[in-house]
Amino acid sequence: MSGGHSSYTPNTGIEKWVDARLPLPRLIYDSFVAYPVPRNLNYAYAFGGILAIMLVSQIITGVVLAMHYAADTGLAFNSVEKIMRDVNSGWLLRYLHSNGASMFFLAVWVHIFRGLYYGSYKAPRELLWILGVIILLLMMATAFMGYVLPWGQMSFWGATVITGFFTAFPIIGDPIQQLLLGGFAVDNPTLNRFFSLHYLLPFMIAGVVILHVWALHVTGQTNPTGIEVKSKTDTVAFTPYATIKDAFALSLFLILFAYFVFYMPNYMGHPDNYIPADSLKTPAHIVPEWYFLPFYAMLRAITFNIGPINSKLGGVLTMFGSIAILFIVPWLDTSKVRSAVYRPWYKLFFWIFVANAIMLGWLGSRPAEGIYTILSQLGTAFYFGFFIIIMPLLGLIETPRRIPNSITEAVLAKTKSGGQPAGVAAAPETKG
Amino acid sequence: MSAHDTTEPTRRDFLYIATGMAGVVGAGAFAWPFIDQMRPDASTLAVSSIEVDVSALTPGMSLTVKWRGKPVFIRNRTPKEIEDAKNVQLSQLKDPIARNANLPSDAQATDADRGAGKGKENWLVMIGVCTHLGCIPLGQQGDFGGWFCPCHGSQYDTAGRIRSGPAPENLPVPPLSFISDTVIKIG
Repeated sequence: MSGGHSSYTPNTGIEKWVDARLPLPRLIYDSFVAYPVPRNLNYAYAFGGILAIMLVSQIITGVVLAMHYAADTGLAFNSVEKIMRDVNSGWLLRYLHSNGASMFFLAVWVHIFRGLYYGSYKAPRELLWILGVIILLLMMATAFMGYVLPWGQMSFWGATVITGFFTAFPIIGDPIQQLLLGGFAVDNPTLNRFFSLHYLLPFMIAGVVILHVWALHVTGQTNPTGIEVKSKTDTVAFTPYATIKDAFALSLFLILFAYFVFYMPNYMGHPDNYIPADSLKTPAHIVPEWYFLPFYAMLRAITFNIGPINSKLGGVLTMFGSIAILFIVPWLDTSKVRSAVYRPWYKLFFWIFVANAIMLGWLGSRPAEGIYTILSQLGTAFYFGFFIIIMPLLGLIETPRRIPNSITEAVLAKTKSGGQPAGVAAAPETKG
Repeated sequence: MSAHDTTEPTRRDFLYIATGMAGVVGAGAFAWPFIDQMRPDASTLAVSSIEVDVSALTPGMSLTVKWRGKPVFIRNRTPKEIEDAKNVQLSQLKDPIARNANLPSDAQATDADRGAGKGKENWLVMIGVCTHLGCIPLGQQGDFGGWFCPCHGSQYDTAGRIRSGPAPENLPVPPLSFISDTVIKIG
């Protein structure tokens, strides 16, 4: 992979001069041109690249929006409306940024589900996975603080509820909340610091992304079979094969993005956020953005005390725990087989897990009463049960299907029935 | 024992450790202002009290005022609401503590200890911030005729005591006193 060998050969004098002083072109060539990727990657593997593009898109639109935004409780709401009505192309930049957050999370959820399906977190990729969970946490913090900035009703009350999580902890809870808010309630100091941090965190995400890609290039990518790369015929060069495939997937993704931006820009937002923040009136239903709804459902599912832990602390611990548990997934899964393709039972439970996550998301958008609460409790139990019981247990009792000896063998077995000449399939980089 | 262990610490070792420790203390001292600046500033901390004229409130009417950035509910309760609250046994309460800043911290959440004092039992004054996650409960709604929090479904009774839902505590009663029969001082 990136360590040791390099196939970069500087040709011109300038290239040689730079290579002897700062071999950045060599690093880029080895990482994104000659870098070998498994030949059987499917489109589920395109979301890493899509996420990188979304991060860049959010930073660019965000930096220019900050040129017109005023982080002051008296000005914030109107400055956002000014962006929408007066600033040249402001409406487009703001809709790109607000819908971009949704698309960013759509891509990251697919990316994470893909990792869970193909066992991408398993040894030796534990650190790669953990860095990904850290990026997810930073994304969540960034998205939350960004949603506060327009200073609408949902901004204000979302900030109140989320910073209220910390009051659940005994003794240290209230001082921590006051430290976060800079006061006793969400107010101007809160808005100012959230703006500052909302501008900072994306660059921290970019930093962790570099570590994430570095770790990826040390271990190499997984692939749908979960078999490690064994020979040169198992791989193709990143450019043009992966580059073109990623670019095509990105194009489709951007069409979806553009559809939301141009045809239904407020579909994923909430109308209450077009009402200026009012600290004396809570909206009838406080709901977070769609990408947080499953966690919101789990927060509200704990309506009972568990021993010394009251319902409020229980809900907060459950919600934080639902992310924290991802950190130990590499050690919860006891199966020796990496990919769900060869694990019939895991595959079944994985899809139930996906359906359960979607159900929790729907429940998070419903009022917290009656049958919705009961379903949320069942959904929460399954969410944790999947990680704590099913993952460790299945690895011990499940009989996996026969695993091919190599990626090449798996690909050839597939193409044999497809009627493609074996020689072409065996060496795709030489055809034509 | 290896040769390394028998070596006496030198003056140089001492200097290394002392320099390192001084650096750590210095870094900590330098970091403190960066954390300290996040705490509530002087203008936010300036505690004030407010005086509220409640002469216009007939039984069954409520008023919401703002105190230290938070809403305070002042309600002139109807006889039925007081009766309902009195009929609740302490064992039925999720939080049996009065949470009344004017009483000892272990006072029980009887209706008398939730109200505004002797002869003023009809007055209920409390900070209108749900003890779950800080939303403003809606008045005279929910199964107990008191307050209902729209965020996560917590329900308070006619004495502002938590009865169901995820909130852990009763709505707190702020420090208050009657300056005259119709003026309440909060804070």
